Amino acid sequence: MAAVRALGLAKRYQIHQQASYRTLRDSLAQAWRRPFRAATAEAESETLWALDGVSFEVGHGEVVGIIGRNGAGKSTLLKILSRITTPTKGEAELRGRVGALLEVGTGFHPELTGRENVHLSGAILGMKKVEIARKFDAIVAFAGVERFLDTQVKHYSSGMFTRLGFSVAAHLEPEILIVDEVLAVGDASFQRKCLGKMSEIGKEGRTVLFVSHNMTAVTRLCPRTVLLDAGKVLADGPSHEVVAAYLRSDLGTTAARAWPEVASSPGNAVVRLRSVCVRTRQGDVTAALDIRQPVAIEVDFDVLTGGQVLVPNLHFFNEEGVCLFISSEVDSPWHRRPRPAGLYRATAWLPGNLLAEGTVVVGVAVSTMDPVTVHFFERDAVAFQVIDSLEGGSARGEYAGPFPGVVRPLLKWESGERVPAQGQLAESRS
Amino acid sequence: MLTVAQEPPLLRIHPGQSTVASRLREVWAHKELLHFLTRRDIQVRYKQTALGAAWAVLQPVLTMAVFSVFLGALAKVPSDGIPYPVFVFCGLVPWQLFAYALGGSANSLVANERLVSKVYFPRLTLPMSAVLAGLVDFAIALASLFVLMALYGLRPTWAILTLPLFTLLAVATAIAVGLGLSALSVRYRDVRHALPFLTQSWLFATPIAYPSSLLPERFRPLYGLNPMAGVVEGFRWALLGQGNPPGALILVSTSVVVLGLALSLLYFVRVERSFADII
Repeated sequence: MAAVRALGLAKRYQIHQQASYRTLRDSLAQAWRRPFRAATAEAESETLWALDGVSFEVGHGEVVGIIGRNGAGKSTLLKILSRITTPTKGEAELRGRVGALLEVGTGFHPELTGRENVHLSGAILGMKKVEIARKFDAIVAFAGVERFLDTQVKHYSSGMFTRLGFSVAAHLEPEILIVDEVLAVGDASFQRKCLGKMSEIGKEGRTVLFVSHNMTAVTRLCPRTVLLDAGKVLADGPSHEVVAAYLRSDLGTTAARAWPEVASSPGNAVVRLRSVCVRTRQGDVTAALDIRQPVAIEVDFDVLTGGQVLVPNLHFFNEEGVCLFISSEVDSPWHRRPRPAGLYRATAWLPGNLLAEGTVVVGVAVSTMDPVTVHFFERDAVAFQVIDSLEGGSARGEYAGPFPGVVRPLLKWESGERVPAQGQLAESRS
Repeated sequence: MLTVAQEPPLLRIHPGQSTVASRLREVWAHKELLHFLTRRDIQVRYKQTALGAAWAVLQPVLTMAVFSVFLGALAKVPSDGIPYPVFVFCGLVPWQLFAYALGGSANSLVANERLVSKVYFPRLTLPMSAVLAGLVDFAIALASLFVLMALYGLRPTWAILTLPLFTLLAVATAIAVGLGLSALSVRYRDVRHALPFLTQSWLFATPIAYPSSLLPERFRPLYGLNPMAGVVEGFRWALLGQGNPPGALILVSTSVVVLGLALSLLYFVRVERSFADII
């Protein structure tokens, strides 16, 4: 028996409703102008299907990620499943106690103390009074705010506020947990705690639905992912496949691009870019890459006018736009040699355990060095996702939390017991 | 800690309407939440004020003083032989309960906008808790009324035992109007601006500063169409023991409130499913 079953869920919004509040005067004026059509006027206004026939099943104890672009319908789906809003069409069944966490600190009142807010927020989230009393110490300990229990929450730092809010929700012990992006807030160490708590919940055999923009967190926490686009289920399957499909589908970021028309491809009269792709060692084009695996960037370009020294070069950026590094071809047969006209392919191999996890955008250029001429520079030619899956063999080791840094090389470490030399010992004693 | 032996509860989500009865049952199942929300409203009410709960006494006392000077002493409004300050105060105590409860409940959904859009719980608990929170102020004001009566040497009769009924009627009136207005305010923010005017007009339409005996006897039951008239007359009878029990008036008032409550609940439950979408 499924824990969650959605059958053709659909939700329609009236656009004007979301744009501004209506005033009574507007409605009255409308009713006055069209007395017999006032009731149907709403149906005529522009509508948007935020969800458009979403069906899926989630088994007991399954941990499922839900991804998609902004406006794909993720939040609407969560709001329907957590009963905040009702579907326009379709239905859903949830078997077991449902806990929804769409915001951290739900129901907290700034004027009340931490203690009072734990009780209030717990009750709003659906806990019984005795249950809150029983878990009170655990909630406070998890949040680490013991000393500030009788301080008004408005004097809390945002970190303390977030910790206490999440802690209340984390102790709800629902059989079905619905979480929306709460991990986007809080400091690094707390995010780690949240991720830990969530995977713990998953391991306890509870059902978790986790909506996130954070592909890394989704692939790490959820074996299965549902991809929504324009209110429909676009893909549903193993997370690494769905995440890869999502990244491929994303506008402008793709793992392979080709310019079939020479005339409109990037370049000039000397050289033009024809195609770029990201390939694994097996030769497959990939948008999602295991951090431990090497990857090739393959560039095809057409030399239209021969006789120049041409140097292909690659510029790697992360999702914040930080340039990670630049690499140019230095060891090819055409190094410092003019190329005759014709089609060329340059392939750069990136070793495994070099890039940090996240999105990597690759810019492609072909230049001449003397004098410096850039024939073309395609800034966002291709992109791919580096995934650090926590299976070991990467620089993060066993550590599951946020792991900053623009690159993530696996260094060679040597360590052994250090036996102090006799002389040094004597010196330090004297 | 999953040692649930029995079949887990099944929750069905569908576009259909729910009934008022099922909604009320749900509120009953969430009575602890109602308790916590009420307590929150009480705790927060006088936070960061210098005088705190003294306001619960000051508000009716100051209003009474103003009315006594201008209406009682200057305009010589009759008060059925009762000292005018006591007469007015006795009307103000249930009125303030009603006015505060109405204001709190009418604004409750918009004031808790984040809650409504971020978590599910029976929405009815918000306007209801706002009304219940008014009972604390009411108790304080009632105590000061007893002090005032003692100062004037007035002693309540056995009729005081009916006071809870009139209090209930005031609370029910506030819920009936507050529920409907709170639901309306989700879509129409005009409610917030119309409310002070509504409350003020209602105050004049209620026999607080003047006795209902100003009306001809045969019209008096009609006065009960304003349920607060029934409440105020009931309070005066129960506490000051003046005249005959206002039976016909109360009957009309109660009927109006029951009808209003039913309509309000129907409207609330009908539109509640779209609260999160339009708030």
